Amino acid sequence: MSKREITAKDSEARGGPGVEIVRSEAPSELLRELVAHLRQNRTLLREEWVVRISETRLLTAMTKEEIFAEATSVYDSYVEALETEAFEALQAYARNLSERIIPRGVETHEVVGIVLLLRDVLARSLFAKYQTDFKKLNRILDAYEPAANRIANTVAVGFVQERERVIRQQQEAIRELSTPVLQVRERLLILPIIGVIDPQRARQLTEQLLRGIRTNRAKVVVIDITGVAAMDVTVANHLVQTVEASRLLGATVIVTGLSPEIAQTLVTIGVDLGKMNTVGDLQGGIEQAERLLGYKVVTVADPRQS
Amino acid sequence: MRAGEIRVTINSDQDIVAARQKGRALATELGFSTGDATLIATAISELARNIVSYARKGEMSLKMVHGSSRQGILIIASDSGPGIRDIRQAMRDGFSTSGSLGLGLPGVRRLMDEFEITSEPGQGTIVTVKKWKQ
Amino acid sequence: MEVPILKQGEVLIATFQAALSDADLEHLRRGLVQQVVRFRSRGVIVDVTAMDVMDSFASRTLREIAHMIRLRGAETVIVGIQPEVAFAMVQLGLTLEGVATALDLEEGLAYLIEKFKNID
Repeated sequence: MSKREITAKDSEARGGPGVEIVRSEAPSELLRELVAHLRQNRTLLREEWVVRISETRLLTAMTKEEIFAEATSVYDSYVEALETEAFEALQAYARNLSERIIPRGVETHEVVGIVLLLRDVLARSLFAKYQTDFKKLNRILDAYEPAANRIANTVAVGFVQERERVIRQQQEAIRELSTPVLQVRERLLILPIIGVIDPQRARQLTEQLLRGIRTNRAKVVVIDITGVAAMDVTVANHLVQTVEASRLLGATVIVTGLSPEIAQTLVTIGVDLGKMNTVGDLQGGIEQAERLLGYKVVTVADPRQS
Repeated sequence: MRAGEIRVTINSDQDIVAARQKGRALATELGFSTGDATLIATAISELARNIVSYARKGEMSLKMVHGSSRQGILIIASDSGPGIRDIRQAMRDGFSTSGSLGLGLPGVRRLMDEFEITSEPGQGTIVTVKKWKQ
Repeated sequence: MEVPILKQGEVLIATFQAALSDADLEHLRRGLVQQVVRFRSRGVIVDVTAMDVMDSFASRTLREIAHMIRLRGAETVIVGIQPEVAFAMVQLGLTLEGVATALDLEEGLAYLIEKFKNID
């Protein structure tokens, strides 16, 4: 699709006095042209880019060979993104790349830095090529700049997303470590809950407990909430759901350490406390559990008394 | 690789199963955990079930959706059935433990992160739900 | 879809598969009750390990099965509900109240045997 620009200009008139017909390429044609140039000069430009990277002391965590290997695929993906405008594919690529380099200790500013360097290296190359035709250079840059900026953005966002995912994963692991489901006897699990529970943590606890019931083939679970200061309605609901879900897996739940406040919250949401198995404290709860499991609680005579 | 939009016509109880299987597959492909994929499949099952029970015929649309820095799944259940006269009532019914929940909409809302419903008597119903990847 | 129903002494074991349509479940319900009558079974184990989704209809069907089987003097126990499925069910408010549940086949059998002892 070619645009026809008609400007009144005497000296370059071709279509008649006072009229200039200037054919200008469509943006997509320009893009194709500059992509072809960037492909033709791939080796040269990539090399230049790698030199600039080490000059600015980025990616110090990686060896020269590693940088070169990654640079090749980044360069090709960059040029391909210019050509196809498939930014979603680029973002997937960026996340993939990030997955590899984040464990190497590469940071956000480095990734943004090298992408911007590539943008500059390629832009300079375009300046050099079209320096004799200023108008054309402008049009080429009009096509290049928005695409190049979008690429820089996309790669940066992809990197950051991957970082955030890694961080979330680590937080999840920490949360799991800090809320252990303990097996104290065969078929008996104890889940001591301490501190503040938000809905997300409550949900994670429930999932962990249910998995634990299946893995340990638990028949009784003692959930101790002595260490829980307060519980809002949402979390109280989660507790009820945990009890119900545990039953679906064939396990009985005993709740211990119920404070009067929490008992009140449960009643408020319509829980029939009479139906819920509650015992004052953890010790009592464990004894109750043992009785349910058929363990006989025997008092051993004090050996000192003879 | 990534499917665009998946559309399932809901006509019969067979389609309920098809819709939830496709939903689970898409959720898994999008990287949702098994637990979340189950929640999503269950929500789809209930929504499709409503279409079959009350509207006889409708459609489920499933697709990936982008948020500010996260991905999720978008599910739209639409039908041109009789519509819901009193949406507030339908949403208010708490769960009874009898297992017959009427429309089960409060349950679906609990399963998902975002929930929207539009319904007009005589004009059908559209339920839109989203779940975000953790 | 054919669902295998095994007979183990006085107990019937029905193994539900995934992807059972409503019609399949209805068919199953009728079939199971018929078998209980035919064999004069005392207990039924419904194994739902393979069910990756349990929605309101499936839940209601299970409760109906348990109810109808109880009317014939037998006990039902549902086994094999997966953790993720249990979680989804309680979110929907499906608690299978009034229906016995156990972790797996082994536990289900143990439950029924205990139950038979108490009845005798």
